[in-house]
Amino acid sequence: MKEKYDIVVIGGGPAGLAAAVAAYDGGVKDILVLEREARTGGILNQCIHNGFGLTRFQESMTGPEYAARFEREAEARGIEVLTETTALSLNRARKVTAISPVYGVFTVQAGAVVLAMGCRERSRGALNIAGARPAGIYSAGTAQKYVNVKGYLPGKEVVILGSGDIGLIMARRMTLEGAKVHAVCEIMPYSGGLKRNIVQCLDDFGIPLYLNHTITKIEGKERVTGVVVSEVDANKQPIKGTEKHFDCDTVLFSVGLIPENELTKSAEIPLSPQTKGAVVYQNRETEADGVFACGNVLQVHDLVDFVSEEAEIAGRGAAEYVRCGAHPRDGVSVEAGRGVSYVLPQKIDKSASGSVKLYFRVVRPMKDLKFVLRSGEDILLERKKRVAVPGEMETLVLKEEQVKGLSGNLTLEVIA
Amino acid sequence: MKHTLTCVECPMGCEIEVTTENGVPVSVTGNTCPRGKLYAESEVVCPRRVLTTTVRTADGRMLPVKTSEPVKKAELFSLMRKINVCHPTAPVKIGEVLVKNISEGADLVAADNLS
Repeated sequence: MKEKYDIVVIGGGPAGLAAAVAAYDGGVKDILVLEREARTGGILNQCIHNGFGLTRFQESMTGPEYAARFEREAEARGIEVLTETTALSLNRARKVTAISPVYGVFTVQAGAVVLAMGCRERSRGALNIAGARPAGIYSAGTAQKYVNVKGYLPGKEVVILGSGDIGLIMARRMTLEGAKVHAVCEIMPYSGGLKRNIVQCLDDFGIPLYLNHTITKIEGKERVTGVVVSEVDANKQPIKGTEKHFDCDTVLFSVGLIPENELTKSAEIPLSPQTKGAVVYQNRETEADGVFACGNVLQVHDLVDFVSEEAEIAGRGAAEYVRCGAHPRDGVSVEAGRGVSYVLPQKIDKSASGSVKLYFRVVRPMKDLKFVLRSGEDILLERKKRVAVPGEMETLVLKEEQVKGLSGNLTLEVIA
Repeated sequence: MKHTLTCVECPMGCEIEVTTENGVPVSVTGNTCPRGKLYAESEVVCPRRVLTTTVRTADGRMLPVKTSEPVKKAELFSLMRKINVCHPTAPVKIGEVLVKNISEGADLVAADNLS
């Protein structure tokens, strides 16, 4: 086991693999990828549905097919991957401590680090729903692993809380495997999932979506026997008298994803309260020199296509850092203004070359709107759009000459 | 007859309106690309989907599979029954045909590599 690598990538999912390949192509060949699971590919391995790659490759692939493309690219370059290896800590001097069945606990010194740890599902505990702790309650991703990887159907009569994409996908998946999905409840007045998933996972199978509804009680002692669902008011408080009862043996939670930033915190790298991921510059470098972040650990993406794109930016950034070293940054901040929940990158280094693509989300569904990027009173960019929804990421591109000419902090807002 | 549907060809999710006469589409509006027009026309006449699922291999592991072409939406459940009795033997490579012509020219193919 070597003690030093030019680049250590933490996480061998779609982000980590694409970052490693881009770093290699950026001229740095001494790369180590650490992967917790027995195989690379991350969450894509259990995402057997199709629709991956439509934006990037103009073809519709399943998750494992999309992952295999990047695995092949990494393999062709001979990039070293350690599987069943969990990174335990990281410090600002870029020392990574990890554990594996082969090497035990070990520490490597990295020239640059790419954080690509992905995200976790929000759990039932975060929601405070009344009831005992019967069997039959799963996060949607856990149910997905049971069905697709382990080959077990975790229940037959199902109610799903939350209309995030994984919940929608699992509504279809469990229906196809013979379960009956009685309802998908969404506390918001709109779904957080992609439109195509609403159409193909719910509408196709006649599964009702209850907007402005939540589960107020889970019944059952040994096993779930039913749930009570209530309508909520504008403040998301259950309305008395609107209770509906569903008999069911299984409840799935699809109530959001949270970037998994324990390592980032251990290195005392500042996080954004909006994205719950690191604050980054346009090359995806965090506030810690030589530590980069990409994929769902940085911001929760809806399309893996954008994960790959972001990971390549981080990989190239890491390679440049290794080749050229740290350079003084001349940064301005990008703030999320009215109607925008976050913008990434949060910082732009004016002295860096190239255009800057801003990724952002709107706070609620809007029609006939305009994105406006301002610096003080000056309008730098404007783009009209017919529809925008929080579940689908938006982008704007600042040209290189605009980046060079930035004079102060930027604000992105939506006018609807 | 007017049909309103959400295009699923890409993440844009255009709201498309299709007018049919005697079941034949005569006008499509709201789409922003040619793929949207084709999708909307096919959707009102005979909706089709690529079916993705898993099969258990002879040695007991799960293998993701899919139909090589979109199949009739109305046939998804009967196809699931056909697919669930298929137990291929590893090794299998992505794209390998497991059942030739499982539905109207669409094959059942492996969607992951198993060693």
